[in-house]
Amino acid sequence: METINYQNFRIDAENICVDYNGKVALYDANLRLKPGQICGLVGMNGAGKTTFFNALTGFVNISKGKIRINGESVRSAQKDQTIAYVPQNEGIDSQFPISVWDVVMMGRYGSMNIFRCPRESDVQAVKDAIARVDLTDHLSTPIGNLSGGQRKRTFLARAIAQRASILLLDEPFSGVDIRTEKLISELFIQFKNEGKTILLSTHDMIHVREFCDLVLLINKTVVAYGETSEVFTPENITTTFGGISPDFLFGPES
Amino acid sequence: MELCSFLTLDSFITDPLTHDFMRKALLMSSLVAAVCGFLSSYLTLKGWALMGDAVSHSVMPGVVVAYALGLPFSLGAFIFGVGSVALIGFIKQKSRVKEDTVIGLVFTGFFALGIVLVSKIKSNIDLHSILFGSPLGISLSDVKQTILISLLVVILLSIFRKDLMLYCFDPRHAKTVGINVFFLHYLLLTCLSLAAVVGLQSVGIILVVAMLITPGATAYLLTDKFDNMTVISVLSAIISSLIGIYVSFWFDLETGGSIVLAQTFIFLFAFLFAPRYGIFKLKKLFAGYK
Repeated sequence: METINYQNFRIDAENICVDYNGKVALYDANLRLKPGQICGLVGMNGAGKTTFFNALTGFVNISKGKIRINGESVRSAQKDQTIAYVPQNEGIDSQFPISVWDVVMMGRYGSMNIFRCPRESDVQAVKDAIARVDLTDHLSTPIGNLSGGQRKRTFLARAIAQRASILLLDEPFSGVDIRTEKLISELFIQFKNEGKTILLSTHDMIHVREFCDLVLLINKTVVAYGETSEVFTPENITTTFGGISPDFLFGPES
Repeated sequence: MELCSFLTLDSFITDPLTHDFMRKALLMSSLVAAVCGFLSSYLTLKGWALMGDAVSHSVMPGVVVAYALGLPFSLGAFIFGVGSVALIGFIKQKSRVKEDTVIGLVFTGFFALGIVLVSKIKSNIDLHSILFGSPLGISLSDVKQTILISLLVVILLSIFRKDLMLYCFDPRHAKTVGINVFFLHYLLLTCLSLAAVVGLQSVGIILVVAMLITPGATAYLLTDKFDNMTVISVLSAIISSLIGIYVSFWFDLETGGSIVLAQTFIFLFAFLFAPRYGIFKLKKLFAGYK
């Protein structure tokens, strides 16, 4: 019998269940991802995508199952800042009085002292991260004055500054301009080459085909999981979206 | 009102300072205002105005019980303040009633308990000073308590300034990078209870929530930088306290009410004329004349 070496997996979620006050949000979900893999998380609203993210980051507790991050517990992944979460634009208070620089610096908080005083290395990491998302001209701009795309790039920069090996992105392409979309696409390729593992939720089926090596279709539980070319079939998509045909979702051409 | 005719600005400011109780009131109220103003930035950004209202009302029975037992009133107030929040959390989790309903329900219940206790215990508790504050009649032991609690809150907020900002802004990220969100949540609640305790001496239980939210709301209209927001919030709170006490001294008005009214006027001024977010946007008005 083959023994599984859990160290090989960046993310290893085994039969996880999450319920909120007895209401099941996700059950028996499995996911295994290796370094350098990009996986699309596809499902309807309320299918458990955000819950899945919350479970992986430890923001909600799982009621059953097991999650290992690099073979360790979620708690030690938090301590090591292994996972970076990039929220949806709707998920943040854009009126919060905070600048691009301060948001990106938050990516370094986990490795700073209790007063969160930035060291030289933190300042450099933040500068580099902001340069990579092309926002160097907006260092002190309040996030409320940014466009949707610029705001998305700010949070991507925070994840870069954090130097996490796993990136969880909630709808990275929603509400962004063409320029940002192109920049994010290029970053994905760089991340992949750097060996980062990416899990992204999306409504856009075209992006799944374009970027994702793997796809996880969920509807409260896993409908299908595997290589995009094999799993991303009209039948599976129809099941995931509760009987709606893929023609309706992304045109008859698909 | 006749006073006004022979008052110069100089004597308007210096005359009250000749009284010991006024010096004490001005100093203590400024300290309390600074503490509440500091916390106010966090509460307004976190959206905890109603929570501030709840905690400040819920401390009432604690104050009464502590007085009756001869304990420091801040201890009783603190226990009931934190207790009310725990109860709100518990009921919210275990029932289908919405959060704002639960908050309203719990704090009025606590407040009612406080009023009933006052009538039952019939000690020398001055209900009026609890409800409306008595910065002019503050005792020496109260002064010591206020200084101690204020220092504690300022130290806690200063140490965890950035973590609390992150907690208000993006708790999920805080959790993801291993920051103890549970601790920060209760730290903020603890500071809220403590600030309510010191604030109620200045303006009383009914109005203390104004001390906790108005300075933050004013500052929020005036800046896009968090640090500036904190500074503006603290300054506007202190200035309102000073104005309120002076005005109440010269025109013989209720002190707590005057302080809160001063805060409200400063807020209204920001609401109308804030450079970027005011209704008339002063910056644009000036730009028009260039």
